[in-house]
Amino acid sequence: MNFLKLVLVNLGRNKRRTILTTLSVTVALFLFCALGGVLDTLAESIKVGSETRLVTRNAISLIFPMPLAYRDRIAAVPGVKAVTFQNWFGGQDPANPHNFFAQFGIDSRTYLPEYASDIDVVAASPAQATVALPPGIDPRLAAYMVERTACIVGEKLFTRMGWKLGQTVTLAGTIYPGSWPMTIRAVYRSKNKSFGDETLFFHWDYLNEKGMGGKGLVGVYVLQLDTPDQAASIGKQVDAIFENSSAATRTESERAFQAGFVSMYGNLPFVIRVIGLAVAFAILLVAANTMVMAIRERTSEIGVLKTLGFEDGTVFRMVLIEAAAITLIGGAIGALGAKFAIEGSGFNAGGMLPQMSVHWSTVGTGVAVALLVGAVSGLIPAWQASRLRIVDALRRVN
Amino acid sequence: MPIPISYNFRNVLQRPVSTLTTAIGVGLTVAIFIGALALANGFQAALAESGSPANALALRKGADSEISSGVAREQADILRSLPDVATGPDGRPLVSPDLVVVTTKPRLGQPGSSNITVRGVEPTAAADVQAVAQPVTFPLRAQVRITSGRAFRAGSDEVIVGERISRRFANCAIGDHIRFQQREFTVVGHFTANGASFESEIWGDVAVLMPALQRDNVFQSVTFRMRDPARFEALKHQIESDPRLGLQLRRESEFYASQSEQLSTVIRFMGVFITIIMAVGAIFGAMNTMYAAVGSRTREIATLLVLGFSPAAVMMSFVIESVILALLGGLIGCLLALPINGIVTSTTNFSSFSEVAFAFRVTAQSLLAGLIFAAGMGLVGGFLPALRAARQPLAQSLREN
Amino acid sequence: MASIQVQNVRKVYRRDTQEVPVLDGLSLSIAAGDFVALMGPSGSGKTTLLNLIGGIDSPTSGEIVIDGTSIGRLKGSQLAHWRSRNIGYIFQLYNLIPVLTALQNVELPLLLIKMSGKERRRRAETALALVGLGDRMKHFPRQLSGGQEQRVAIARAVVSDPAILLADEPTGDLDRKSGEEILNLLDRLNSEFKKTIVMVTHDPHSAERAHSQYHLDKGVLSH
Repeated sequence: MNFLKLVLVNLGRNKRRTILTTLSVTVALFLFCALGGVLDTLAESIKVGSETRLVTRNAISLIFPMPLAYRDRIAAVPGVKAVTFQNWFGGQDPANPHNFFAQFGIDSRTYLPEYASDIDVVAASPAQATVALPPGIDPRLAAYMVERTACIVGEKLFTRMGWKLGQTVTLAGTIYPGSWPMTIRAVYRSKNKSFGDETLFFHWDYLNEKGMGGKGLVGVYVLQLDTPDQAASIGKQVDAIFENSSAATRTESERAFQAGFVSMYGNLPFVIRVIGLAVAFAILLVAANTMVMAIRERTSEIGVLKTLGFEDGTVFRMVLIEAAAITLIGGAIGALGAKFAIEGSGFNAGGMLPQMSVHWSTVGTGVAVALLVGAVSGLIPAWQASRLRIVDALRRVN
Repeated sequence: MPIPISYNFRNVLQRPVSTLTTAIGVGLTVAIFIGALALANGFQAALAESGSPANALALRKGADSEISSGVAREQADILRSLPDVATGPDGRPLVSPDLVVVTTKPRLGQPGSSNITVRGVEPTAAADVQAVAQPVTFPLRAQVRITSGRAFRAGSDEVIVGERISRRFANCAIGDHIRFQQREFTVVGHFTANGASFESEIWGDVAVLMPALQRDNVFQSVTFRMRDPARFEALKHQIESDPRLGLQLRRESEFYASQSEQLSTVIRFMGVFITIIMAVGAIFGAMNTMYAAVGSRTREIATLLVLGFSPAAVMMSFVIESVILALLGGLIGCLLALPINGIVTSTTNFSSFSEVAFAFRVTAQSLLAGLIFAAGMGLVGGFLPALRAARQPLAQSLREN
Repeated sequence: MASIQVQNVRKVYRRDTQEVPVLDGLSLSIAAGDFVALMGPSGSGKTTLLNLIGGIDSPTSGEIVIDGTSIGRLKGSQLAHWRSRNIGYIFQLYNLIPVLTALQNVELPLLLIKMSGKERRRRAETALALVGLGDRMKHFPRQLSGGQEQRVAIARAVVSDPAILLADEPTGDLDRKSGEEILNLLDRLNSEFKKTIVMVTHDPHSAERAHSQYHLDKGVLSH
């Protein structure tokens, strides 16, 4: 036996109490790390986006379009390697309108090569005939490319909706009214977190024809640059071109664009931190309560230890370690549980957040908080135990 | 025969440290619970306040929000001429075909930008519009009140900004300029609307805003006062089946309420989720305290049993003690939650894709719900320890300690 | 072996505003290797005197010199350290730690001395064998009879080889037979192992096993 064993053996003294306290700490830490995970996820989504991409939108706001004519003028700006564009469709599945998922009308010819490294085609309808595809497009997308009303669907969405390859789904348009039949010709899996796995992409031409009467209105332009160095000045140049036009533009890095969405959540991080604090405090109380009870029961034993020659300082440390052990174990289980359960299940708060991650740093912080809380919770009982005079301890009958 | 409750009260008071720590644990859980409800209530209230049941709102069929809707001028004119439309103080139909768009503006005091709703409304002048331009009034939306400065004049490059927005975004003070494409608009006043979502908007003359924003001849919604609000259903049927129109008709109040649905559901869900997890932790804490209580009173319990109190009465007594403990926590939680009432916060309502500022709203119902929730935690936490007390083997416990 | 000198010791307890002198100018000299019994009615201060000798309590005035060391001069950790090396305490209610096995209970004092785990074990086993409980090492206190528990307590008291054993009513809670075993053990520890033993007891029969008897009444000692 050694010191550590002596300390830990006390945990087994009242198993039920130790287990309840540990469970309490586990649950609290799970929550603490889950909340931290939300912050991690939001922070990550800001870091998304390539350094070499810029996003151009109407200066007023995202809901205002820009003319198709802008494309060539943007492409002519030095440093711009390629230009693609997409429109938010905003349709609904008439069968369940509350089942939200994103849909974009894309300029497939340029969009797919632009994002080729971000997605993997996992399933595709076979092409009816051999076609010459524009460069940079996965040949399996041939069937999609030739069909006017075809669409590509993210794997997660595909599975969630129970769709089949080749199936025609009909969306109810909200911004572009009417019934929009689209045939699923390929399924993709995203290779990096920034690219959602639950999106539906279809041809912008279809949207233009049927929804805009051919007027050619674009939602956002995405510019691929040669190098990231001149990003800021290229952005300014683009905006300068259209400053006095009917639709002035605002160009920013893809990262800033994404960050804009996150900032729409407003004060959420603050609220989350406040709740996290409340949770930590609550654990403190539970652990402290347990330790006070535990130590009170052992007064005479502490007296005996001191009789044997254990010093006050030693007794102090032993109680502190005991308190910290409970919260450390409970905390570690809760923190790790949060990481594996949340990341493993692919939880995304019903579509409100991107797929959640819990960083190891959050797990680490959680465990550290648990440890700290445990030590603090043990402070008073430890101090009381160290100050206990032997004669009083031995005399006291609980 | 039940054991008197005073016994429980006295015992609870006898172990102040245990009682307090457990109660605060429960209290924090209840506070967060009430806080989440207050957030959702506040948000819903802001939107519910926006609509009047006497007003009807027409959108394009299939649109789920104002910004995704489009109503042509011809359609607006048809609606205007309906006999069901009430007349305003100027003798003309009380109708406002609205331009509703969203503009992105940087936040004040916080990094990042957010979207603000810009609404072009049809001004109603108290007098003949040909006369010297007067600040307009808004009889269609009776809640609107100018709080500083004045309303914009019809036909001018002036706008008014909702109180809640004016404090949270840059360039919204009176005298500031807001730029839409090539045109600059001057902020001439701030307004409130009883906490409705209108307070998070910028309003101007639709006739001036439309060309400025290149939305000629297409409005987003048409709002009008019904002569007979009871006739709504019939009117709705009439309008929705008119092939010239392609419109849906909603009661203004119901429409705005539906705009709050998605987000308030999410807020409630997240709030409940977090609270349940915390509650589990709090329950374990309460169990610990109650087990300790039962453990330290073995002799006492044995004596009670010997005296003739039934095991059921003993069990009841401990459950009640646990509930008392938890209710104490519930009270603490209510006290902790009360101060947040009225605090204004804002977030983006993705249904309307724009920022909505609203105040936390702690209602009597949420406080009551918090207390019931606390009692529930006490009940669950105290059950097993109480069972233990009741099942205590009599002879053994008389000898113990 | 160690001698014990109690020199003019006074111990006063404060109860509210009243001062109660439990011991008042008591002096006592115990030779090294002696086996002494302290008798007297309850409240006479014999346990107090024992506590003072063991360094568990400190006198209001006066000195206690053990084997040349005035223990009143020692403070805090020094005192604790001294106690672990020089005193073995045996309580009336054994005071074993219920969550530790007999062996672990006996090992406890050795945690304070620098030695390997293996050595600790060996010593503890030896001590247990000495008290005749070599076959009960892995038992928990609740699995032992009162007499056996006290023997474990004695093993614990001698495991660090202290010169002095202080026993406070060691047979007080035991039946006649178990009590005899304990007294035999104490006897052996004194005669064979030369431990100086001070035993507080109110049982004349137990007191007779000692070499000398002192009577304490209202703080006054008589032989």
